[in-house]
Amino acid sequence: MTARSVRGVAATAMAGVLAAGAAACSTPGGSGAEGPKDSLVVGLANEPETLSPLLGYGKDGNSKIFDGLLRRDAEMKLRPALADALPKVGDDGRTYTFKLRHGVKFSDGKPFSAKDVVFTYRTILDEKTNNAAKGELDAVEKVTAESDDTVVFALKYPYAPFAERTVLPIVPEHAAKGQDVNTGSFNTAPIGTGPYVLTGWSKGEKLTFKANPGYWGGEPEVKKLTMAIIKDDDVRATRLRSGDLDGAILPPNLARGFKGDKSKVTITAKTTDFRGVTLPTANKVTGDVAVRRALDLAVDRKAMVDKLLEGAGRAGHGPVPTDSEWFAKGTERPHDLGKAKQLLDDAGWKPGDGGIREKDGQRASFTLWFPAGDKLREEHALAFASDAKKAGIEAKVQSGTWEVIEPRMKEDAVLAGGGNPADPDFDLYNLLHSSLALDGFNNMAAYSNPDVDKALEEGRRSGDKAARKAAYDKVQRGLADNPGYTFLTHVDHLYVMTDRWKDLSTQVEPHDHGLGAGPWWNVEDWQPKK
Amino acid sequence: MARMAGRRLLAAVPVLAAVTFGVFAIAAASPFDPARAYAGSAGLGARQDVLDQLRDNLGADRPFTARWWDWLTSALTGDLGTSAALRQPVSQVIGERIGWSVLLCGIAFALAVTAGTVLGVLAARRRGGLFDRAVTSLAYALEAAPPFWLGLLAVWLFSLKLGALPAGGLTDTGSDVATPGQVASHVVLPAAVLAVSQLPWFVLYVRQGVGDALDEDPVRGARARGLRERTVLLGHALRSGLLPVLTLVGSRVPELITGALLVETVFSWPGIASATVEAATKVDFPLLAALTVLATAAVLVGNLLSDLLYGLADPRVGFDG
Repeated sequence: MTARSVRGVAATAMAGVLAAGAAACSTPGGSGAEGPKDSLVVGLANEPETLSPLLGYGKDGNSKIFDGLLRRDAEMKLRPALADALPKVGDDGRTYTFKLRHGVKFSDGKPFSAKDVVFTYRTILDEKTNNAAKGELDAVEKVTAESDDTVVFALKYPYAPFAERTVLPIVPEHAAKGQDVNTGSFNTAPIGTGPYVLTGWSKGEKLTFKANPGYWGGEPEVKKLTMAIIKDDDVRATRLRSGDLDGAILPPNLARGFKGDKSKVTITAKTTDFRGVTLPTANKVTGDVAVRRALDLAVDRKAMVDKLLEGAGRAGHGPVPTDSEWFAKGTERPHDLGKAKQLLDDAGWKPGDGGIREKDGQRASFTLWFPAGDKLREEHALAFASDAKKAGIEAKVQSGTWEVIEPRMKEDAVLAGGGNPADPDFDLYNLLHSSLALDGFNNMAAYSNPDVDKALEEGRRSGDKAARKAAYDKVQRGLADNPGYTFLTHVDHLYVMTDRWKDLSTQVEPHDHGLGAGPWWNVEDWQPKK
Repeated sequence: MARMAGRRLLAAVPVLAAVTFGVFAIAAASPFDPARAYAGSAGLGARQDVLDQLRDNLGADRPFTARWWDWLTSALTGDLGTSAALRQPVSQVIGERIGWSVLLCGIAFALAVTAGTVLGVLAARRRGGLFDRAVTSLAYALEAAPPFWLGLLAVWLFSLKLGALPAGGLTDTGSDVATPGQVASHVVLPAAVLAVSQLPWFVLYVRQGVGDALDEDPVRGARARGLRERTVLLGHALRSGLLPVLTLVGSRVPELITGALLVETVFSWPGIASATVEAATKVDFPLLAALTVLATAAVLVGNLLSDLLYGLADPRVGFDG
């Protein structure tokens, strides 16, 4: 090839690229301001890693593509879904028997049966399956299909909240079997019995769904559902304002901007999503019960709710929110700086250099970490440090990634968050039981209190609700006497929605909120406003 | 010419192997924990035994040299492994995304070269003039601006303030088919930002090259013969002034790739570069290695291309320089 001809080819190619670019620029895509009535586009901050329930997707229910044996209604009460009734519990709480609903089909037309349930649970429990949440099914010893429509779970120990775990989505054995569960195509092309069918997933951008015409609960009115993944709060708010989104989760300060907008409604979801400071038992300062109790009194929770959350939240006196039926009345610790100082004085923590107390040469000072980039936790950490300072205790606030924080959790405090509303066992046991001290991110404070341990075990084993309530009251009183954490707030989740649908509601939401939480938890039941 | 290309390709093999080895070594030395990264938010509630099992399943405890060797040998047989971060085969990840990246980079590069050449020639025509000074100082300022910052600025101005262009994605949120019209309106901002971040180099090189050429004997001779200014500028000065730009085209490829990394992330463009960011933060070895090979190959090809072009454009340069 001669130089001249190469140049010719190169020039032609370049001209082609330019022409294509110019053509692309001259045809802007038209976007209608008002979407069709039967479609819904929502903006979320988080994207699921996978859509396979076998790897943990939708484990808390509301997965849209799938159904669990049970589901929760607006009051968080368990209702049958793929099961046709709540389970029969036998053998002192160690056997759960589910009868299955008849005539349910997966979206590929194949029938659903007991073998799909067995396959789902067995696969998750298989040690080759990379499901990080499988610890939640720890109680399961085996799961068997007694017939086509009966499934029996045998538990290792009586576990009262087990039924709450069975909202876990069921996958079809015929579609998911025979491929690598960790990497197979089922992860991105799921098939379920749920109200919606996945039509596309552009990673990092959005998930799209269409109504499942064969859904056993009836075809949803909202025919098309799009979940856009938009990490930035401001961008989400702007796209909501421009009509690109019909609804979005927003932080309080941005949600306030929609107050005057008649076409939008703001919906507040109560949560069990707490923010609190771990007080490591091994640390000489935070390990001292007097310091712990003083901090509990020194923090001004009300001010945090008013200023940090702009009122969208509640003061937190423990992992159980004060308005929960499981909350132990009388364990609230109102702000009382004088009493906090008195407690420290009595325990021998005397004011020293710069107003920081000392005892036996030990300065009342410790490090408090928060995960870098989490604005809300940063603000909580700073507010906590400023309140503690007033009582003469220094919290040195630092930020880092979890990789940096994790090895220091034994000695340093962390601004922690968490919360699962389904059952008090889920939060309390993991946060407080001494056997789980510093086990992964469980019991980060290495809290150890034999009375609380005992009450926690009673709470999870007993099938009787009154007995459970008594046990969890004991746990919360134990925590009030020896606070291993300074709980600060429970954070509301705010959603702004275009006012086009009737009777929107929310559930009590967990710490994690993604596709399943939000007003669209029951989008399959929505009716358009006339 | 063919011999040079062949020799370069042969030399690329050890380079690629060494680069992937380096990637594995650096990733292994990073503080990120692949098992925890894999577990995502569920990992925060997971018990240690579950995490240990996960680590074992993922082979995260094996020495990086062994993992590298396994990856290399299976990659040679055509199996690129599976991406832990995206839970998909690596070949599928690349296949789904590379087209969008090529589109974005191609448009950006073409824009940068064209606009850079035009502005450079105009600036060189009267060096030291008002236009020249404006363009040059703007180019220096842009040279210092990181692409992600430009991207955020563009989102803020064109999407948030003016509402003129979409802030991200490949299509409007409500539509799930990538029609040419949709893609066209969505590619404008990311491509423009990427082009602008590349622009200063082309402007400055062209300005310098054309400016110098204007002072050279052949141009003076042409002027003396009474040729029109336009012919002198485009026919003589631009032609020899463009030579250094040809080299630049090749050597800008790595910058284009790193620029695309950031721009794709800012605009949630579903290309290969945003997958790279994902792979890096999740210590996803197979995906990271494959993408590095791809990027390295692009750089090597870019360099080869610019050398070939240079040789073709200037007969004085041999092909084995």
